[in-house]
Amino acid sequence: MREFLRRRPLHLPLPFGDNAHAEQLGQLWIRCPSCNEQLYAKEYEDNLKVCPKCRFHFRLSSQERLALLLDPNSFEELDHDLRGVDPLSFRSEGQAYADKLPGYERKAGTPEALVYGLGAIEEVAIVVAANNYLFQGGSMGVAVGEKIARAIDLAVSRRLPFVSVVATGGARQHEGVFALMQMAKTTAALARLGRVGMPYISLLTDPTVGGVPASYAMLGDITIAEPGAFIGFAGPRVIEQAIRQKLPPGTATSESMLAHGMIDMICARGELRSVIGRLLRLLTNGPCRRTSPGEWGERHQEAELSGVGEGLGLAD
Amino acid sequence: MQTSLEFEAPLAELQTELDKARTAAKPGDDEGDRLVARLRRQLDERLGAIYAQLRPWQKVQVARHSARPHPLDYLRLAFTDFVELHGDRRFGDDHAIIGGPAFLEGRSVMVVAHQKGRDTRENVDRNFGMPGPEGFRKAQRLFSLAEKLGLPVITMIDTPGANVGVADEERGQVEAIATSIATMCSLRVPIVSVVTGEANSGGALAIGVADRVLMLEHSTYSVASPEAAAAILWRSAQKAPEAAEAMRITAQDMLHFRIIDRILPEPVGGAHRDPTAMAIVLRDALAEELDGLVGLGTTDLVQSRYLRYRGLGPYREG
Repeated sequence: MREFLRRRPLHLPLPFGDNAHAEQLGQLWIRCPSCNEQLYAKEYEDNLKVCPKCRFHFRLSSQERLALLLDPNSFEELDHDLRGVDPLSFRSEGQAYADKLPGYERKAGTPEALVYGLGAIEEVAIVVAANNYLFQGGSMGVAVGEKIARAIDLAVSRRLPFVSVVATGGARQHEGVFALMQMAKTTAALARLGRVGMPYISLLTDPTVGGVPASYAMLGDITIAEPGAFIGFAGPRVIEQAIRQKLPPGTATSESMLAHGMIDMICARGELRSVIGRLLRLLTNGPCRRTSPGEWGERHQEAELSGVGEGLGLAD
Repeated sequence: MQTSLEFEAPLAELQTELDKARTAAKPGDDEGDRLVARLRRQLDERLGAIYAQLRPWQKVQVARHSARPHPLDYLRLAFTDFVELHGDRRFGDDHAIIGGPAFLEGRSVMVVAHQKGRDTRENVDRNFGMPGPEGFRKAQRLFSLAEKLGLPVITMIDTPGANVGVADEERGQVEAIATSIATMCSLRVPIVSVVTGEANSGGALAIGVADRVLMLEHSTYSVASPEAAAAILWRSAQKAPEAAEAMRITAQDMLHFRIIDRILPEPVGGAHRDPTAMAIVLRDALAEELDGLVGLGTTDLVQSRYLRYRGLGPYREG
């Protein structure tokens, strides 16, 4: 079965960038980059941007993603205006990164590469965060890290489940070491969510690469991937350079991650809402759940204060 | 052995002169001794001047110098009784990460570090200091062991980055790095981390989340190696020197950004010129940092580590 999965992935991962989106053929038709089928634009939209022939899942913007996942009108965006700055005074090929940011924003339709807020899936209230790949490849700079951390903080303080949707090329190089440090920032925030007993569902979509899966995105209590997503530490080009050969088909895809025990399930786009809804109901109704956050918080504090460390003379 | 770096070329003549004078000096030959001392002083002065002005890409060369002391050298020179522990108890033993208990100035600590090789054979064995999932999982095991036993953790960072390869992806490279970071974020013992060479990518941060972070004077810290960053930004690894410049990767930048707490001065002309002197500086600094941390309660420790990383990096609102 494993071999079968490895040899016959649903489709091959495509190179990063806008060319992995639908190629417009005039007003009414687009071409599927995976099977080359010409698709009628309306049919493609109606099918949630999944190719009806080969099931290729096209990338979605954060707006499309939230519309698809959340109950209608349930989304309340927070910190919309939180934006990245240019901490390194970074210049690339004569252009300042600071000057490019407004352009990214116009192109993507969001002020940063991630939006977050309150929402509901099948009437279960959640905190949700979603990457916008259209903004600089969904890359994680300081603003994205800050928004993820704030989303988690909110889930902790409101005692809500956290659902994150990832579509990213990784850490934003233009913010250098500050981007790297967002891996620690987001991960440190997650530890607190675990302590209040709230579930974290991580949905990985194409692509999920670099510092993001190497931090909060792979730390979900439940990890779900869309079919055929590229998921890995390095992108296809970088792996090919490192191993000096063409990428073996199926490497670092959702299917390979599932076969190797790295994720819980692959879920087609059309089923995501109901699967996540069911999981949320299952995971937030435990009969042993402490209903009073106050009590939980106090117990947690007690546990911390009486924690390990006495042996070293570290205890308070 | 001393491999001279490109920017040290102006000193070659002086170095040759000094070597000659050294060979010529006989015991009791005061004149010869004075000549050696004078040349030595001259060389140090000029080396010092050059090293004070190094560009970022030159620092990368120093940080990667083949004679630069590696963590195993420091374990020999600055620690005592190190016992290396092996294996991740899941799949294998990754030689790009080493670790185990040792004494630092009489105090038991758990040391976890990247380890590069010095020649080709060693580098193949240690994969040039680029860990795969087994390396990070070994680190996690040692962090947890340290926590259980109440040992402070010291990590030494020196890696071009986490390894890239098909098998690493299949065995969960991303999960391994993420879990390492998570383990360090919640660890209830003090962690002091020191960058001894180059610190690149998640492969560095995976053992680099700490209460105090130090860097050697000519070491570097970056989200990706200059080669990788240049490949990502400009699709050309050849532009690594430009990337090194643009990305602000030096220890001095890191102190300015408050990513790190302290820079440890290197011997004149870099740590590779006097590993023993470097080790003493390192040992004293680590002992001092630990002294400052072992008095803190575990709750304070974890909380202030959380706040340290939670607050990192500027952004704007509105």
